[in-house]
Amino acid sequence: MTDTPTAADAIAAQAASHPEIRPFWQAAAEGRFVLAFCTACGKPHWYPRAICPLCGHGGIEWRPASGRGTIYSVSVLRRANPPYALAYVTLEEGPTMMTNIVDCDLDELAIGQPVKVALRRQSTGLTVPMFTPQ
Amino acid sequence: MTLKGKAYIAGAYEHPTRHAPDKSTALLHAESALGALADAGLSLSDVDGYFCAADAPGANPLWMADYLNLRLRWLDGTDAGGCSYLTHVAHATAAIAAGHCDVALVTLAGRPRSEGVSIGVNPRAAAPDRPDEPWETAFRPNIAGVYGLFARRHMLQYGTTAEQMAWVKVSASRHAQHNANAFLPKVVTVEDVLNSPVIADGIHRLDCCVITDGGGALVLVKPEIARSLSRPLVRVIGTGETVWTQDGGYGDITRTGAEVSGPAAFAEAGVTPADIQYASIYDNFTIMVLMQLEGLGFCAPGAAGRFAAEGNLIAGSGRLPWNTDGGGLCNNHPANRGGMTKVIEAVRQLRGEAHPAVQVPGCGLALACGPGRVLGSGHGHATVILERE
Repeated sequence: MTDTPTAADAIAAQAASHPEIRPFWQAAAEGRFVLAFCTACGKPHWYPRAICPLCGHGGIEWRPASGRGTIYSVSVLRRANPPYALAYVTLEEGPTMMTNIVDCDLDELAIGQPVKVALRRQSTGLTVPMFTPQ
Repeated sequence: MTLKGKAYIAGAYEHPTRHAPDKSTALLHAESALGALADAGLSLSDVDGYFCAADAPGANPLWMADYLNLRLRWLDGTDAGGCSYLTHVAHATAAIAAGHCDVALVTLAGRPRSEGVSIGVNPRAAAPDRPDEPWETAFRPNIAGVYGLFARRHMLQYGTTAEQMAWVKVSASRHAQHNANAFLPKVVTVEDVLNSPVIADGIHRLDCCVITDGGGALVLVKPEIARSLSRPLVRVIGTGETVWTQDGGYGDITRTGAEVSGPAAFAEAGVTPADIQYASIYDNFTIMVLMQLEGLGFCAPGAAGRFAAEGNLIAGSGRLPWNTDGGGLCNNHPANRGGMTKVIEAVRQLRGEAHPAVQVPGCGLALACGPGRVLGSGHGHATVILERE
């Protein structure tokens, strides 16, 4: 990944400052990967929001997640400079999230591969949950 | 209440330009509107319902209504991304059926080529108030990369191959050679597709649609008006629409909203996939065509790759003549939104006005469908079924 911030990065960072989701990004900045669990149905969802999208309950709890998952799909963006890996990772806790796979051989990535979270601070100041092969 | 037969498509027009550096987006909308009205034998003063989506200047019907000086009883600015215009066919039919308007105008236009929108390469920022924004844009998901994720998962889950995907492009190019306005009229082979540069793993350059300026418009009217005009009678007999959400992180990216919009449209029309003589299927990427063929029920899950590779999409020899204008892959993808051109080519087929080399003989029943926004992060999908009366 390049460190040059783009307009898109800046808007993402601005969006992440919203109070509804600030606990997630605050935890990430402190080196913790948390998930929003519904206090009624007990399930975690992604992307996090204050109302559970699975049961409609209006209460969530931010709980530490294992940070482990498997690659559900991955595509290396070959035209980017430098190329980088866009992926969906299915977390051990259940939901699948969009992310990047970093610190890896881009040509060795495979669906089903175990990965672990790698929190990365971007030049915008936002710390983002990426993943790396376990 | 069923909408079957409650409205007719009396006018359809595809703007011939593919590059319009000297025209405003409003002018492209207006030229498309006038083209469709002339096609129907109507004028701006006949229009009392107007439908557009976020590509319209101001992302709201008010501004184009003022530009065109329309006298309206009904307006609808529903935006569901690229399938908006398929949705508008359904909404206009409903409005006409309810008596809210008699002559509905639907327009699309845009100039991404002139504006240098590198949609396939650079991630697009949305807006800081969009709830999904920080959870996606932070990972720089350009559109080709996202479709690469769908393609690679489909390949793993079903054994779909790059060669099978390439056949979708080959089929579109065989049709585009007969379209004088097609942006890419050259016939390509499977090898050409596979030898084109990999944009993102799972997606070659020739798996991607074109980026073109341009526009299109439709005119829908109530049955009495349709019968008073000197145009072939093409009526709306089935519609379906949905939003297929990201499902809190528990979705399946090999499946699309075609599973909802398709059956709804077939049920309303009272027909089955086997009855369809011509299909316009939104082809922003080759993999998307395969996934919709499966979602609509033309093929079993995982079977569309083989279906395409057997030549079944090619007009004249295949079982399901498809995108006979060359589609978004070869002809036109105005405003990065393919839903409009899908309806227009279906109307040409039903009127017998497609190019003779690709015209389905006696075409009486056609389907048009497409997604809007991006799969995986929540997408719209709409299907319409049209019949020659």
